[in-house]
Amino acid sequence: MKTLKDCKKACRVKVVKLNADTDLKQRLISFGIMKETIIEVIEYSPTKSTIEIKVGKMKIALRANEAQKIEVEKI
Amino acid sequence: MNEDMKACPITAKHIKVALVGQPNVGKSMLINSVANSHLHVGNFSGVTVDKTEVIFDYKDYSYTVVDLPGTYAFTDYTIEERVTHDYLSAQEYDIIINVVDSTNLEKNLQLTSELLTMSKKVVIALNMSDEADRENIQIDENYMSELIGVPCVKVSAVTKLGIEELIETVSLANETPNNGSKLIFSEAVEEEIARLVWYLDKHKYESVNSYRNIAINILKNNKRTYEKLHDNPIWTELQPILIDASRHIELHHDSDDIKECFAEEYASFNRGVVAEVVKSKLLEEKVTMTEKIDFILIHPTLGIPIFLFLMWGLFQLTFEIGAIPMDYIDMFFSWFGNTIGSTIQNEDIRSLIVDGVIAGVGAVVLFVPNIIILFIGIALLESTGYMSRVAFLLDGFFHKFGLHGQSFIPLVTGFGCSIPAYMSARILKNDRDRLLTLFIIGFMSCGARLPVYVLFAGAFFSPEMAGNVLFIIYISGAMFGLVAAKILKLTAFKGVDEPFVMEMPKYRLPSVKLIWHTVLTKTMMYLKKAGTYIAAASLLIWFLSNYPHNQELEKEYNSKIEIAVSEDKKFVLQNQLAEGLLEQSYLGTIGKFSEPIFAPLGFDWKMSVALQTGLAAKEVVVSTLGVLYALGGDVDESNSSLVNAISKHISLASAIAFIIVVMIYLPCLAASVVFTREAGHIKYFFYLFMFTSIIAYVMAFLGYNITLLVV
Ligand SMILES: Nc1nc2c(ncn2[C@@H]2O[C@H](COP(=O)(O)OP(=O)(O)O)[C@@H](O)[C@H]2O)c(=O)[nH]1
Ligand SMILES: [Mg+2]
Repeated sequence: MKTLKDCKKACRVKVVKLNADTDLKQRLISFGIMKETIIEVIEYSPTKSTIEIKVGKMKIALRANEAQKIEVEKI
Repeated sequence: MNEDMKACPITAKHIKVALVGQPNVGKSMLINSVANSHLHVGNFSGVTVDKTEVIFDYKDYSYTVVDLPGTYAFTDYTIEERVTHDYLSAQEYDIIINVVDSTNLEKNLQLTSELLTMSKKVVIALNMSDEADRENIQIDENYMSELIGVPCVKVSAVTKLGIEELIETVSLANETPNNGSKLIFSEAVEEEIARLVWYLDKHKYESVNSYRNIAINILKNNKRTYEKLHDNPIWTELQPILIDASRHIELHHDSDDIKECFAEEYASFNRGVVAEVVKSKLLEEKVTMTEKIDFILIHPTLGIPIFLFLMWGLFQLTFEIGAIPMDYIDMFFSWFGNTIGSTIQNEDIRSLIVDGVIAGVGAVVLFVPNIIILFIGIALLESTGYMSRVAFLLDGFFHKFGLHGQSFIPLVTGFGCSIPAYMSARILKNDRDRLLTLFIIGFMSCGARLPVYVLFAGAFFSPEMAGNVLFIIYISGAMFGLVAAKILKLTAFKGVDEPFVMEMPKYRLPSVKLIWHTVLTKTMMYLKKAGTYIAAASLLIWFLSNYPHNQELEKEYNSKIEIAVSEDKKFVLQNQLAEGLLEQSYLGTIGKFSEPIFAPLGFDWKMSVALQTGLAAKEVVVSTLGVLYALGGDVDESNSSLVNAISKHISLASAIAFIIVVMIYLPCLAASVVFTREAGHIKYFFYLFMFTSIIAYVMAFLGYNITLLVV
């Protein structure tokens, strides 16, 4: 199973499933991250603990912990 | 908010508008350009955290617009989202203006879809159309109105395009009956909606809302609709149908979460709408400006050094440029004091005005240039979009100390003033995280403490060094805060971490007008405080330091002065008299009484008093020192400034201890009130008081003794 956390910089993936609890899932959904969404990894923070991604035209920062709960596949 | 435009209460028909939209789409700015108000605008999510009402007139109507905190969806995730959702579902209002960002329509429509299922009248304001034009994004708003079934108007809060049309559309929509939106779902969901509608119809269920609406809400598991139906006799029959329907939809979406299913439904409807109405010329692949800037500013190795450099630069400027007009302000106030003083005959009143009010207020006004520069820096940080980048860069670091990356936003706001900082902590969802952040906001030195620092830095360091010293003070305050956070996280606020998901807004060049307004408002507040609160406090301090009069002491010295031969001798005696009088005054008594407590930190009684009056407001520290040293006779003609008095009478070690206390202890009375309100209980205030006082004392003690050893 591949998660968003495993993605390298500049790679584009599609969301397969959100393995998060209700709260985080709601949060992700409200940011437009749901099944079928295309995500591009833009940048990692200095300690690799935070990731910047691009969803549609919006840029979002999230922690590696959270990224780990987003199951993705290559496109 | 807006004093010059009052709505006429009698003639006008009244429309109450709820302004709703995702964070950072320009809601506050839109109100500002509609009503000429000055709501706070900034380029990050979490600027507006509480609802604000603005009233204005247009043609025959008077409007009340409620600016609600931005919300991505109705998840009730954070306090601000709850404020919005509660308002929309429980309060009385006539119509919703849904503000959306034209340059990112699809994401914005996610909230719009939820609004459309609320059976309220909605008008969509397609904001930022100036930016959309620049990015070659064209929206066919007429077609969009037709597709969604609610009026859509192109506007720009910046260029004021379409503002009148928007207001007119609102008043028109207010008069026409609500036709409901044309939001449609997938076949599976529509089927279930139809079944529920048929059932409600069969039982002639009584409701103001349409059956379709009720059906959608009950499928979505909407709490309010659910509760209403639950108490109705039809519930027993309805429930199995509902369970069946939900299962069908969930199966269709391959998910066990009905909210997720609906989000996907909305998303696919919105995709359809966007595909129809938005024509963007092929610019997609081009690297945007924001991306280019981000390449440098959030660079994994360069990002943090750049941030630190910018902060250092800000404090350097604060001191260097701020110092230029200082001499003139100082000169002005001593001239002013002398001029006023010479017109007053009565000795006591003259002293009251000159040594009390003018010296006290002057000491605070002196720092206006520094304050302005600091505020400009913060306004730039807020309005360019850099704030969120710093949160991104620092989240990993913050997280190690038990803080949330988004805590950064209230913390940075805290460098300006603690009061809005306490309020903006609402963007944190988890109560524990929020309390933790509230507890350490005070460690971020607010603008009102700047005068104290500038005063001491100027007294003990060369002008070239003073800027660095300021930077060190601010950074070490923040460091103390982090350590304090870690301690709290390990003890009082143990628990799981809140997830960190945050939008990074586009970079925007802030308009000069916007910066001007923000800085002006804040500076005027500072000046107003100096003219009212601080002036009153100075009066009080003057009184407390002049009474009770000790006639015997005066007589004794006056006779000594008369027989003294040399001018020098006279002068020394006069100073001794002033000092003696001050020491036995009320303030002197308080100071002497508390001196033993502060003695281990190397403070004399004047410093002790200044710290205590500083509990009211930090500017009062400076004005107290101003009054005390002016009265104490230390300030003579040749040596007029407070800076000199301080460098003459206070040792470096005591000064460092003093700065440390000011850095850490309670911000001010007003902030304490807001803190208590935001924390939710008075007990937290006492915890905060204990916590900060103990840390301040211990750190100051260490600072004092270490300096004594080293120097
Ligand atoms: N170019 C452009 N920028 C805008 C417009 N409206 C708002 N902004 C900017 O968008 C940002 C967010 O504005 P604000 O009113 O605080 O948004 P709110 O969070 O929805 O209240 C600020 O940086 C504004 O300067 C607009 O119509 N055009
Ligand atoms: Mg706002």
